Amino acid sequence: MLTFLRRRIVSSAIPLLVVILGVFFLARLTGDPANLYLPLSATPEMRESFSAQHGFDQSLTAQFGDYLAELARFDFGESLRTAQPASEAVLRAFPATLQLAGFTMLLAVIGAVVVGSLAAYRPNSPADRIASFLSSTAASTPDFWFAIMGVLIFAVQLDWLPTSGTAGAAAWVLPVATLLIRPFGVLVQVVRGAMVSALSAPYIKVARSTGASEQRVIFKHALRNAGAPALTVAGDLTVGLINGAVVVETIFGWPGIGKLMIDSILQRDFAVLQAAVLLTALTIFALNILIDIGYALLDARVRQGAMA
Amino acid sequence: MTTEQTKPEAAGKTGRTSMLALLRKDRMASAAALVLLLVGLCALLAPPLLGDLARDQNLRAVNLRPFSIDDGWEFVLGSDSLGRSVLARLAVAAGTTMSVAVPAVLLSLVIGSVWGMWAGFHRGWRESVSMRIADVILSFPSLLLAVVVLYVFDPSVANIVAVLAVARIPIYLRTARAESAELRSRLFVDAARTFGTRDWATIRRHVAPIVLPTLLTVAAVDFCFVMLTESSLSFLGIGIQPPDMSWGLMVAQGRQELQTAWWIAVFPGLAIILTTVSATLLAAWARIAGDPAQRWRLTAPKRGRLGRRGGKEQA
Amino acid sequence: MNAVLNKPGGGTAATVAMEVRGLSVEVRAADGPVPVVREVSFSASSGQTLALLGESGCGKSMTAQAVTGLLDPVAEVVGGEVLLDGQDVLRLGSRERRRLAGPGLAVVFQDAMTALNPVYTVGSQLAEPFRIHQRLSRRAAREKAVELMERVGIPEPRARAKSYPHQFSGGLRQRLLIAMAVALEPSVLIADEPTTALDVTVQAQIMELLAELRRETRMALVLITHDLAVVAEQADQVAVMYAGSIVESGPIAEVFGAPRHPYTRGLLDSVPAGHARGTRLRSIEGTPPRPAAIPSGCAFRTRCPMARERCATDPPPLTTTGPGRASACHYWKELADA
Repeated sequence: MLTFLRRRIVSSAIPLLVVILGVFFLARLTGDPANLYLPLSATPEMRESFSAQHGFDQSLTAQFGDYLAELARFDFGESLRTAQPASEAVLRAFPATLQLAGFTMLLAVIGAVVVGSLAAYRPNSPADRIASFLSSTAASTPDFWFAIMGVLIFAVQLDWLPTSGTAGAAAWVLPVATLLIRPFGVLVQVVRGAMVSALSAPYIKVARSTGASEQRVIFKHALRNAGAPALTVAGDLTVGLINGAVVVETIFGWPGIGKLMIDSILQRDFAVLQAAVLLTALTIFALNILIDIGYALLDARVRQGAMA
Repeated sequence: MTTEQTKPEAAGKTGRTSMLALLRKDRMASAAALVLLLVGLCALLAPPLLGDLARDQNLRAVNLRPFSIDDGWEFVLGSDSLGRSVLARLAVAAGTTMSVAVPAVLLSLVIGSVWGMWAGFHRGWRESVSMRIADVILSFPSLLLAVVVLYVFDPSVANIVAVLAVARIPIYLRTARAESAELRSRLFVDAARTFGTRDWATIRRHVAPIVLPTLLTVAAVDFCFVMLTESSLSFLGIGIQPPDMSWGLMVAQGRQELQTAWWIAVFPGLAIILTTVSATLLAAWARIAGDPAQRWRLTAPKRGRLGRRGGKEQA
Repeated sequence: MNAVLNKPGGGTAATVAMEVRGLSVEVRAADGPVPVVREVSFSASSGQTLALLGESGCGKSMTAQAVTGLLDPVAEVVGGEVLLDGQDVLRLGSRERRRLAGPGLAVVFQDAMTALNPVYTVGSQLAEPFRIHQRLSRRAAREKAVELMERVGIPEPRARAKSYPHQFSGGLRQRLLIAMAVALEPSVLIADEPTTALDVTVQAQIMELLAELRRETRMALVLITHDLAVVAEQADQVAVMYAGSIVESGPIAEVFGAPRHPYTRGLLDSVPAGHARGTRLRSIEGTPPRPAAIPSGCAFRTRCPMARERCATDPPPLTTTGPGRASACHYWKELADA
C-alpha cells in the first residue's frame, strides 16, 4: 500500500512540476515579463524599474532559483488591481470555489450512482433510454447557456432566485445546478457503463445462484466493482469541474478562484493569475492522490500491486 | 480478427448497406445524422452567401421578435440589438464554430493516433514517456490552459485551434496506444514482423485499420467537447473576437439583452445543444451498430413472459 | 453433513430430484428470435450423476442457465417446465425462486477465474449463502465458511478466508466455487464444464471432489461437459445434445456400449480410448450448424453417414428404444442391430 502510494505521488507530482516550469517559462518566453506583469499603459521607466526590482536582468537559472524560493513562500508579488499580495487574493477566493465544487460533486456522485444503476439494471429499457438521453444531453449542454437560461427563467421572469452572490441557500441553487449538469451527465453514463459490465460479470450470476436479492446483487456485488472504473474518470471530472467553475463563477459573481482568474486576465494581472493557476494545479495534485487512495481501498488487487 | 482480414469484398459491402438500413430504422439516429448534415451545409455555404446579411446593421429593425416574417424571412428568428438577422448570424457562426472544431479535432486525431500507435507498438520507454506526457496535459484543465495561452498570445482562430488540439491529443494517444499495444500481441502482427515488414508499414497495414474505427468514435465524442470549450472561451471573451461570430460569442452578446430580447441568447445555445447531442447520439449508435456482439440491442426488445407464451406448448 | 443423510426422500437410490420437460430457449438476434434449446427433457435422480454431453454451442450451457433462471437478457425461456419437488421453478415468483437458489438448486460455473467477486475476500463470499438463507450473524456465517473451505480441501482455511480470489490458483478457485454451491446442501447441483479451465491433474481432483460431495449429500449432480472421458468415468446417466436438442439418452454403460444415434456413434469413434491399434480414428464430417441455420428435418442429417430422404422432411422425435433409453433417429434399429 505504501509503495503503491509513493509511486502514485511521484507520478502525479510530474504534472505539478510541469505546470510550475510552464508558468515560469511562459512568463519569459514572450519576451519582457514586464509586458505580462504590468498594465499595457505602463511607461518605459516603470518597466525598467520593474525588471531590476524582480531580477529579470539576471541569468535564467538565477531567476528560476528566485522563482522557486518565492514559490516556497507562496509569494507571487503584488496584485496590480489591489496592490495586495497576489497570494492573499487567491487564498481568499479559494474556499468559495472549494465549497461550490465540493457540494456539486457530492450531489453529482449520489445522483449518478442512483440514476446510472437504475438505467444499467435493464439495458435498453425505457428507463435506460430516458436516462441515457437526458445524461447525454446534460453532458453536451453548454454550461454558460444553461446558467443564462436559469437566470432568465428563475431570476428574471419568476423572481424566485437571486442572479448573483453567495448569501442564503437560494443563491446556491443556480450555480450548483449549472456546475452540476456536465459532471452529472458524464458520471451517469460512466456509472451506467460500468454497472452494465459489472452486472454481466460471471460473479453476478454466482451471487444470483446463491439466492441473493436483487438489491444485494446491485449494491453489494456490482456497485463496488463498478466503483473502480467510475473513480478513474473522477480525475478528469475534477479537472472539468474547474473549467465549469470558471464559467459559473463569472456568470453568478461567485467570489471564487475561477472568477478571480478571468478577472485577472481581463485586467492583465499576471501575478494573481499565476498564483491562481499554481494553486489550482496543487489542488488537482492533492485530489488525484485522494482518488488513488480511494481506488486502492475499493479493490485489493490495486493495493497489492497486482494490476500494475 | 484473422477472419476479418480475409473477409471477401462482398461481405464488407453488404455490411455497409445494412448499416444504412439500420440507421434508417433508428429514428433518433437518422434525425441526428440530418442535423449534422444541416450544420455542415450551413458551415460551408452560409459564410459566402449570408455573410453580408449577418453583418448588416439595420437600426430600423432592432430586437425584432422571432417567429414572424412580417419584416422578411431573414428575421424569422428575430434580430439583435443592432438589427442584424439572428438566423443569418446563426448560420454564419456555424462556419466559425466548425472552422475551429474541425481542424482542432482533425489535428489532435491525427497527431494523437499516430503517436499512440507508435508508442503502443514499440512499448518500453517510448510508451511510458508518451503516457506521462498525456497524463500531464490531461491533469490540467483545458480551459485554464487556453486561458493562460490566450493571455500570452492573441486569441486568434489559429491559436484557439492550436490550444484545443494540444489539449485533446492525449485522448487519442491513450486510446490508440492501448489498442495497438493489445494488437501487437496478436499473431498476425507478429507474423508481419517476422517477415521483416518495417515497423511503420506494419502499423499502417495491420494496426491502423483495426484501431481507426474506435478512434473515429472517440473523435465524434471529442468533437462535442472541443465545440463546447470553444464556445465557453468565446463566451468568456477570450475566444473568437467580434466582428467574427460564434455561437458562444452570440450567447455572450445576447446576455446583455436578456430582459428585453431573450431570443438572441436562446437560439445559439439551442444550436450548440442540438449539434452536440446529435454528434453524441450518432457516435453512440455507430459504436453499437459497428459491434456485431452488440447489434441485437438495436432490435426492439420484447420481454415476453413464459407464463403467457409457453402455456399451451407442453399440454 | 450428517443431517443430509436423513433428508426425507433422500433414502432410496433413484428418487427423481429434478425433472425438465420440453424446455425451449430462444435468443434474440437482429433478424428475429433464434431457437437455441429445443424441447429438451431429462430428469436427474438423487445421488446420481447425469451428464449432459455435447460440443460447444450445442445449447447445453444455455439449458443449465435456463434451468437455474440465470439466462442473459438476450435469451428467453419460451416453453417447458422444470419440476423441483413437484413445483415448476420457471413459474415461481422471483422471491420464491431465490429461496430455492442454494438449498434447492445450485450451480458451479465454468470460469472459476471470473466467477468470484474480485473485490471481496473469499471468506465473506462463502459466508453469503448462510447470511442470505439462514440469516446467520457475520461471525457465525464466517465460521461456516471456514468449515466449508476445509471441507473442499483448501489448506489453512482460517487464514486463507481473508484472502482475495486473485490470490488463489485456478484449482483452488474452482474448489471455492464448489464450496459456495454446496454450502446449503442443494438437492440438485448443476456443474457447467467445471474443469475446462484446469490442468489435467487438477481436473481429476475436482471431479473426485464433486463425486465425493454427491455421495455424501445424496444430491443429484447434473454434469455439463464435452469431455467423453469425464462422462464415461463419472456419469450414471447420459443425455447427448446436438444443435439444441437431446438426440440420445440412457444409462452410461448402455449408451456408450451400444449407441443408438449416429451422432453418439460418431463422437465415440472419434476418441482413441479402446480403439484397436492400427485402425484410423474417424471424425464426424463437417461442423455443427449455427443455431440460426439448422437444417430442416433431422438437424444432424447434413453430417450423418446414414441420412436418407426421409430425414430431410421428418424431424425424428426422441422415442423410447428400451428401458430407460431413448434416441432421436428414424433408423436407430440399424445401429442397434449392427
